[in-house]
Amino acid sequence: MSFVPHTPRERGEMLAAIGVASLDDLFADIPPALRLERLEMPDGLSEQEVYDHLHRLSHRNTHDLACFLGGGFYDHTIPAAVDSLVSRGEFFTAYTPYQPEVAQGTLQAIFEFQSMICRLTGLDAANASLYDGGTALAEAVMTAASATRRDTVVITGGVNPVYRRIVRTYTRNAGLRLVELPAAIGEATDRQALAAALNDGVAAVVVQNPDFFGSIDDLGDIAAQAHAAGALLIASVYPVALGLLKRPGDMGVDIATGEGQSLGLPLGFGGPCLGLFAVRQALVRKMPGRIVGETVDRRGNRCYVLTLQAREQHIRREKATSNICSNTALCALRATIHLALLGKAGLREQAEICVRKAGYARRRLAQIPGIRLRNRQPVFNEFVIELPLDAEEAVAGLLERGIAAGFPLGRYYPGEERALLVALTEKRTRAEIDALARALEELL
Amino acid sequence: MTRYTADHEWIRLEGGIATVGISNHAQEELGDITYIELPTVGQTLKHGDTLGVVESVKAASDIFAPAGGTVATVNTALEDAPETINAAAESDGWICTLTGVDPTELADLMTPSQYAEFCKD
Amino acid sequence: MIPLIFERSVSGRRALTFPRLTEAEREGPLPLPAEYCADEAPDLPEVSELDVIRHYTRLSQQNYSVDTHFYPLGSCTMKYNPRLCEKVAALDGFAGLHPLLPQLRGGAALTQGALEVLWHSGELLNELTGMAGFTLQPMAGAHGELTGMLLIAAYHRARGDTRRTVLIPDSAHGTNPASAAMAGYSIVAVGTDADGNVDLDDFKARLTPDTAAVMLTCPSTLGLFETHVRELADIAHANGTLLYYDGANLNAMMGRARPGDLGFDVVHLNVHKTLGTPHGGGGPGAGPVGVREALLPFLPAPIVTRSADGTFALDYDRPQSIGYIAPFYGNFGVMLRAYAYMLHLGGNGLREAADHAVLNANYLRVRLQEAFDIPYNRICMHEVLLSAGRQHKTGGIRALDFAKGLIDAGFHPPTIYFPLIVHEAMMIEPTETESKATLDAFADALLRLARLAETDPGAFATMPESTHISRVDETRAARSMVLKA
Repeated sequence: MSFVPHTPRERGEMLAAIGVASLDDLFADIPPALRLERLEMPDGLSEQEVYDHLHRLSHRNTHDLACFLGGGFYDHTIPAAVDSLVSRGEFFTAYTPYQPEVAQGTLQAIFEFQSMICRLTGLDAANASLYDGGTALAEAVMTAASATRRDTVVITGGVNPVYRRIVRTYTRNAGLRLVELPAAIGEATDRQALAAALNDGVAAVVVQNPDFFGSIDDLGDIAAQAHAAGALLIASVYPVALGLLKRPGDMGVDIATGEGQSLGLPLGFGGPCLGLFAVRQALVRKMPGRIVGETVDRRGNRCYVLTLQAREQHIRREKATSNICSNTALCALRATIHLALLGKAGLREQAEICVRKAGYARRRLAQIPGIRLRNRQPVFNEFVIELPLDAEEAVAGLLERGIAAGFPLGRYYPGEERALLVALTEKRTRAEIDALARALEELL
Repeated sequence: MTRYTADHEWIRLEGGIATVGISNHAQEELGDITYIELPTVGQTLKHGDTLGVVESVKAASDIFAPAGGTVATVNTALEDAPETINAAAESDGWICTLTGVDPTELADLMTPSQYAEFCKD
Repeated sequence: MIPLIFERSVSGRRALTFPRLTEAEREGPLPLPAEYCADEAPDLPEVSELDVIRHYTRLSQQNYSVDTHFYPLGSCTMKYNPRLCEKVAALDGFAGLHPLLPQLRGGAALTQGALEVLWHSGELLNELTGMAGFTLQPMAGAHGELTGMLLIAAYHRARGDTRRTVLIPDSAHGTNPASAAMAGYSIVAVGTDADGNVDLDDFKARLTPDTAAVMLTCPSTLGLFETHVRELADIAHANGTLLYYDGANLNAMMGRARPGDLGFDVVHLNVHKTLGTPHGGGGPGAGPVGVREALLPFLPAPIVTRSADGTFALDYDRPQSIGYIAPFYGNFGVMLRAYAYMLHLGGNGLREAADHAVLNANYLRVRLQEAFDIPYNRICMHEVLLSAGRQHKTGGIRALDFAKGLIDAGFHPPTIYFPLIVHEAMMIEPTETESKATLDAFADALLRLARLAETDPGAFATMPESTHISRVDETRAARSMVLKA
């Protein structure tokens, strides 16, 4: 099945109109020695066969564990209306809104998305989205280097270790120096270590809040420290936490990035994701990615259009702010609809539920002999516990009981083999939390 | 005396101060100008260095220093009214002034009539 | 004009509720000091579920899309998006799967289905392109380009080679130079000859011992098969230079020729173009990257492996890898759709798709060749490049005007003003899923507009008239910079 609608007769008429005898003749420009006889691939299967095959494969995945895994990707609720609206073909089978007269739906939705991200972050402008939270952070680093014309970036220990690695990949070839401060699980960002790393070559300080270990910090004095050295402050944030926490912009953050998966995107084995990116006014023209702006049409009607395109690769080529030439529009649409459905009260309620669930889980787990809570700072929905045994082993044991207990930190932090990162969302019931506690009790 | 570059900048040297801008022909080619990135006062430039960027809706163009010198003043009025370049590219739409320009560097540039001829091609 | 969602907000209105906390969970004050919290909740809209449904349904109705209109946007391959692919992507076993699960001890056994999708997709892509191995992690075509250039940099670095420049044709997508620059390279542009091929003499002149790579699109962005391709590859390879394949136009070649056989060393695909996954209004897509044997060690971590007993695992032990480019395994949900598409079409169907994409483009070429300038009028591949240069010269009617006129005729416009080297360019890519009747209706409309450009050019000024809004003031948008409400 190739979805080609032509009948043999139509095909014949078209070949005749072109003046060739066969489809083969259309490929005469390919040198004969380079032509392929056939692909060594099975012939096409029917719709039913493909569905059955993938349905079988889907059953070889276990998706219904009690999931305490987080680390940047969270099992949050997705309102039914989100799936319903994004499955409208007018949205998902359109492309980048190059022609504004026939793309106001996409354009206005992106404008609403940008507005919501600004309202969440307390910053002046947001782009139409990037790929994910990790590459968004890497882009922020490049933006800061370009805006300050400096070449060193200081990244603190609380930043997601995977994001740190992505930033490393991006900066390595871009001629930037990356100073990575060590992680201290459960502690606030080390101000002294940061002060020691700052100098007049530093373009940006990169932090995460809540940090990878779930701890919350106030970034106000860190922003002041960075700014005093002439550096920008970049913060990777968790949008659900912004229902409750101080806004990055209000704490002095210059660029906020984040993973938007929690805003109505399924876990989906890690992708597609949604990269959030917002900046202060002074950085708008350095911002990578698509941006939608408000304007009027020739009759004076308010409308929306892609704007500030002279920053972009199709005009600036190698001098562009970034190579990105798309956004994750459908994911941004999910987030927009999701945030509209939650609304002002809903996002705060969700955040409070997360905090209370995490509080309950901490109280419950702390009662288990041998388990120690590691976070000395307050936490949002995620925290680290120390087990009296290897965390990987404990997690493997609990998987057999239908519980994904959390993410063992030894994988990224040698010497922390007993540390386990546990995440809560509004979807985790008290019964599941109690079951996790009981299972750990039995195991220890 | 005004002189022009092949990259469509103009430079005018009067009393040891050189004023720089983009040509009327350049603004016509770019269309409605929406933004200009100005150089920094005190910045030292060599001939051919990028001193700024001018953007329209569908195009962006680097502005190159027609001669070496130090940026003395910049036309900050353009930040809020970049359309001035469309209206008066070679007068009110000036971009910056340079000091320390070596007049001999201007010898290779085009005169108004040579430039007019150049733009015809 | 549709109000913004914020303008529909009514204080105190709610759409969604959450499960209630139990007594034990609710106990005590909020375990979070007030000093860390904002005084007020974020200023999001306060609306009902029906408000939301109506609002976004109305917005959707202002879009042209493949589902509603012929969408011949050149270089973007706006083919039909099979619903089977949507159905399988929504299966709970895929959509509900946490990406960290396979990284737990014992977790790989709980994700064998997903890992098989990734592994088998890589195998199919190897066969489709003639490469030795793929990473499915790049999350878009441009991300694939960056990944590919980082791979090339790592390859040269491992050989102690410090080449600094990349050759790119002047007709290339802007992403090519932008991606190469992000990977730390300087760009050297190569000219195009009168037939629309890379100018061979210019190519030879600009290739130096410092040239790390050549980035080519094939078929080219002019919609033509690059007839010198093997010669370019041989010259590059003799110079120690690698050849990068921008897969933007692979839809024309599936089953007819493979980048690997043409001499390319690194390729990226745009699965949202070639393999029928939806464009989503601008994304998400996926840009998997394939390489020759010699570059396999540099692929990003992790890759999916299959052991002799048929089980799948993630391999992170890759000492020469360029590192991480994505948080997990790429845009799995997009690759899953592409995988279903490849199985559904099969080797025969993929070739049939390419054949008819090329047939459709050439049919439009001959139907339009009298009325419009065709800068390179030879058998084209999957898209045909026209110029409105003649109409612009005589009546002042530009590619943009034709685009707006086509909207009133009920068609999404083609790509305009790209490639940059062609004056008043209109790049038309019909794709294989459009019928002859649709193509005829489109050609008729464009021919009608060409006549109008001669008889009444003034009529274009008010087009489009059939849409909710008319032409927009882009200058005002760029100057006033109203980017949020």
